[in-house]
Amino acid sequence: MEAARGGGEGAELRLLGTWSSPWVIRVKVALGLKGLSYEYVEEVLASKSDLLLKSNPVHKKVPVLIHGGRAVCESVVILQYVDEVWAGASGTPILPSDPYDRATARFWATYVNDTVATWHEMIQCLRVTCLQFFPSWRALFRSTTDEQRTEAFKNVVPVVDTLERALRECSKGKAFFGGDAVGLVDVALGSHLVWISVVDEVVGVRLLDKARFPALAAWAERFLAVDAVKEVMPDVRKVMEQYKGFLAKWIASAGPS
Amino acid sequence: MAGGEGALKLLGMWASPYVTRAKLALHIKGLRYENVEEDLGNKSELFLISNPVHKTVPVLIHNGKPICESSVIVQYIEDAFADVGPSLLPTDPYERAIARFWAAYVEDKLANQWVRVLRDKTDEERAEAMRQTLAAVEVLEVGLKECSGGKGAFFGGDRVGYIDVLLGGMVSWVKANEPLFGIKLIDAAKTPLLAAWMESFCELDVAKAVLQDVNEVVEYAKAVQARMAAAAANN
Repeated sequence: MEAARGGGEGAELRLLGTWSSPWVIRVKVALGLKGLSYEYVEEVLASKSDLLLKSNPVHKKVPVLIHGGRAVCESVVILQYVDEVWAGASGTPILPSDPYDRATARFWATYVNDTVATWHEMIQCLRVTCLQFFPSWRALFRSTTDEQRTEAFKNVVPVVDTLERALRECSKGKAFFGGDAVGLVDVALGSHLVWISVVDEVVGVRLLDKARFPALAAWAERFLAVDAVKEVMPDVRKVMEQYKGFLAKWIASAGPS
Repeated sequence: MAGGEGALKLLGMWASPYVTRAKLALHIKGLRYENVEEDLGNKSELFLISNPVHKTVPVLIHNGKPICESSVIVQYIEDAFADVGPSLLPTDPYERAIARFWAAYVEDKLANQWVRVLRDKTDEERAEAMRQTLAAVEVLEVGLKECSGGKGAFFGGDRVGYIDVLLGGMVSWVKANEPLFGIKLIDAAKTPLLAAWMESFCELDVAKAVLQDVNEVVEYAKAVQARMAAAAANN
């Protein structure tokens, strides 16, 4: 039957992921926005399933979307695939239709992506574009002393400033980077919000501060209020527990200072 | 749907492989454009206004509006001129996903590592970057086999596609690797499909029209290395 084989809209959907990965959250948000049902498979990174290893032999990472038995890897590639296959589905498209608006969205999605540095054994890393927000933010995430945190925070603030300008440019005064509805850049950046707030709590300062970055602060609230997002965001307390585990491990392996 | 062809301007620098990608895409589509050579030591105002975030080339200006980042530019050319010339991406969404996957691989694992061979400050870091680049080339051999599907020498099968353009823009630098660092990046003994790809690619009219002269690239790279060494010595 044509629909069951390969990628027809009715074919079976399966998502391989881990519960706290922002890159997996990106895909969950996109699938939710399209109103799609799928089987979710929780991977244990310390012992990856044969299915994962077979589906993503190059990177061996989540997320992997398996559609009609065929694997699509890399979160941004998956987002565009979902957008194209279910172009007629409920909700607005994730990427705009105008070529210039698409280029703008891709530019800023790349900007967000490129800044993520590999989170080694801890978390799957998305990659891409420029090199500003996430490497700076990563230094903050990785800080184990107050001194390190102060320094790292100082370095990440100018980059958030650039993102604030990006939001104004993309949104043109509307609610999201994507305009009236959530789009590619919103999903790419917004999926990291739970981790950002967890690190905020440990650092003791809110990164997306309302006074300094009014557009971003308001955007974050709006993004987190979207139904498809609310349904998939992991519990912030559980993420905090996980983060505290990482911190303890890093401090222990750093040895006495 | 396409804007007038006279409305295309490319801000670039002859040596940049990223600029070469944009030129390849424009030529493949048969689009005419005004080529503006930027002096990166002395950036023009148009350039700084057009790419305020990264201040890097290439920048494509279409009907007065700027598009930045080489991979974004190539995709823009494909989208905005969908009715003009050949397509760079397949029409099937799954095949497009495969193409985008390998394009991302070329960018993240190959190009981004290789740039570090020239830019990193210590010998160790540069050697590690070279190792990573060579490892990526071997994996890309598998990608080429998957993408071409036995239909031809290119990632796009019997004709050039998106990945061919992204990798193709880097060909003169790939060839410069041996004179500069004594190592063949694409070695027929290790990656025969990629070696055949490079030969076939260089035979194309568009490659002959656009690719930089390898010797000029080698001289340029040596000059950059000398400048960096002098700057490091002064610190």
